[in-house]
Amino acid sequence: MKIDLPRYEKIWITFGIGTLAAFLIIIGVMAFTMDLHPPGDNRTIIPEAISITPPFDKPGLYPSGSRNYKAAIVAKTFTFLPTEMRIPAGSTVHFEVTSPDVVHGLMIPGTNVNMLVVPGRITQFTYTFKHKGNYYLICNEYCGSGHQLMASRLIVE
Amino acid sequence: MSQAHPGYDGAVLHDAKAEFDAKDKAMIKAHLAFAYISLGLGAIAGLLQALERTGMVISLPLGTGYYQLLTLHGVLLGLVFTTLFIIGFLHSGIVKTLGGAYSNAERRVAWVGFYMMLIGVIMAGLMILTNQATVLYTFYAPLHASPWFYIGSALLIVGSWVSGVAIFMSYGRWKKANPGKPAPLFSFMSVATMILWIIATLGVAVEVLFQLIPWSFGWVPRIDVELSRTFFWYFGHPLVYFWLLPAYIYWYVNIPRIIKGKIFSDSLPRLTFILFILYSIPVGFHHQLMEPGIGYFWKFLQVILTFFVVIPSLLTAFTILATFELAGRSLGAKGRFGWVRKMPWGDVRFLAPVVGMLFFIPGGAGGIINASYQMNQVVHNTLWVTGHFHMTLATTVILTFFGISYWLIPALTNRILTPVANRLGILQTVIWSLGMLLMSVPMHITGILGEPRRTAYTTYGNAPLAEIWRPYRAMMAMGGTLLFIGIVIFLGIAIYLWYFAPKAAQSIEYPIGEVNDKAPAPPPILERWSLWVAITFALVLIAYTVPIVGMFMNPSPGSPPLRTW
Ligand code: HEM
Ligand SMILES: [Cu+2]
Ligand SMILES: [Cu+2]
Repeated sequence: MKIDLPRYEKIWITFGIGTLAAFLIIIGVMAFTMDLHPPGDNRTIIPEAISITPPFDKPGLYPSGSRNYKAAIVAKTFTFLPTEMRIPAGSTVHFEVTSPDVVHGLMIPGTNVNMLVVPGRITQFTYTFKHKGNYYLICNEYCGSGHQLMASRLIVE
Repeated sequence: MSQAHPGYDGAVLHDAKAEFDAKDKAMIKAHLAFAYISLGLGAIAGLLQALERTGMVISLPLGTGYYQLLTLHGVLLGLVFTTLFIIGFLHSGIVKTLGGAYSNAERRVAWVGFYMMLIGVIMAGLMILTNQATVLYTFYAPLHASPWFYIGSALLIVGSWVSGVAIFMSYGRWKKANPGKPAPLFSFMSVATMILWIIATLGVAVEVLFQLIPWSFGWVPRIDVELSRTFFWYFGHPLVYFWLLPAYIYWYVNIPRIIKGKIFSDSLPRLTFILFILYSIPVGFHHQLMEPGIGYFWKFLQVILTFFVVIPSLLTAFTILATFELAGRSLGAKGRFGWVRKMPWGDVRFLAPVVGMLFFIPGGAGGIINASYQMNQVVHNTLWVTGHFHMTLATTVILTFFGISYWLIPALTNRILTPVANRLGILQTVIWSLGMLLMSVPMHITGILGEPRRTAYTTYGNAPLAEIWRPYRAMMAMGGTLLFIGIVIFLGIAIYLWYFAPKAAQSIEYPIGEVNDKAPAPPPILERWSLWVAITFALVLIAYTVPIVGMFMNPSPGSPPLRTW
């Protein structure tokens, strides 16, 4: 296929493709050698049975080592359970979140925690809270008339 | 004798045959009228939202809720205005470049498409207005809208396919009459745009017809939410290229004429459009990076395919600038940048889209951030995203559509874009740019600071976090107000050009650029549609088969319908 490509355009496109390759290599190396992946998971769960399925029957923090926690969180209209959590600074929290009703989001501003919570599935993500402060878990996916009220607190002491 | 006319004086022609066939005119005008009414209504919703979510207005008129308005705004502007304007514009250019008029059969098909879309939009609109479909324009399950909302949406989609059939019929007729010749550039691009649209909407059609409608009627009890989101986003990303490609058509084909230049190459633009078909569809996972049920490998693969769209975008940037430069030089420009001054900056038909192009530079850069796998975690579902698509869709694309309107309405009504209307259009472009800077830059910033999108006014119980957002929110409200004024001015100009501007003595030109004589003829392979469609499907199969089969093998228990508003 012959396409009329002037010299400057060739330079421009080569430069473009080069940048593109560099970008993808950086993202790929970060993802697959440093294990920096976005949230996900493959487990499923019956939305109506969340209140009798551990660990979501008792939402909260479960210590799993020194400064290591598993946080089982239920995102439901229009609140997160538990409504407040406290951890010492430097703790690593492994979030596991699910929803008994509609789709929600769980975002903690000031961190990279940003998960989509889909009914019927579990989303997980791990994050280390290095700095003290009051963090907020807020819902960032429209879930109904009280969506703007859906927030809870995480206090890092 | 020629009429006094702002900007390019070639806009008035002495050739009566250049006029549209009266029946085609009526059909195209119906599309545009429908689009502009949606724009006006959507803008009212936009203004109220911008004021509500920033805390300026607390109770909304008629007791409508924030999310109801947001649904109206997203559906009317994101889905209805764009689709109707685009299809009207494509019909106009197809008629113009493929022989001057539609055949009766083609026009009838175009009308059938139009009425299907009209009925669909009225149905969906009534459900939104009566608060039975406050599910936003993405209608994610298991939010349960009235079945009539989904049926209305299906009619809008299928109606747009029927419109595509009219375009394909006309194209086929021309190809038969001109065997072996490359189709005119405008028609090639229109066919490419409709092919992209039809392949893309297959996803949402499957979601609506096989999942949402049966489930919303209660014929099936549960829906697999993740699967439905996957079908939605298979469509949701190419949707943005369906908005963008018609703007590219204007930049590639019509603007060269407005600046008294030539189309720089006849093959590169075609190649660009083919690449958009290939690389815009198998990439929907980049909207689903934060969700469960999709493996990392597949998310990452689609991120790679997403980035390939950089190539046709860079080709476009180069070609458009080269076209401008060559035009300027042929008009006698000297020096490296002398051509810039030869451009018709005082002609709104040129100025509006070029301002749109400038906004596309930061807009595109933002898009690269969104798609960057890990960085998406910082911005996903924050107000950053809303800032991003108001900068791209609601500025680059919309300003181009405004630029098109300023000559397309005159060409249809045979009235003149008077110097006053032209100047008002320039003012409109300036107001839109200022309004958008004031609204979308703060949206980007508060997004990074953690303000979520699609959220009514909230302070989360006077959280210090929300306190930081306050000054940006005030700017957004001001920007939103300016944008609303901008739409009012635009609609004022449109009504003036439609009904009141002075009649032209000769017919108004429909600007179609000529290809540079030195450009070689495009290789016939570019018009082997079956080949490109086959490659597209191959890419779709590679990118989607394993994850979708995975969702079937490891299905979620599904969700019953819920109404949470
Ligand atoms: C009067 C001018 C406009 C104003 C004041 C405005 C304002 C807004 C605001 C404040 C939001 C949403 C916020 C949120 O996430 O809570 C929004 C969403 C949106 N706007 Fe606009 N906008 C305007 C024009 C447009 C135009 C011209 C388009 C497209 C052609 C557009 C397309 C959208 C879309 C698709 C959404 C997303 C809805 C959703 O997330 O469900 N807007 N707009
Ligand atoms: Cu929510
Ligand atoms: Cu996308």
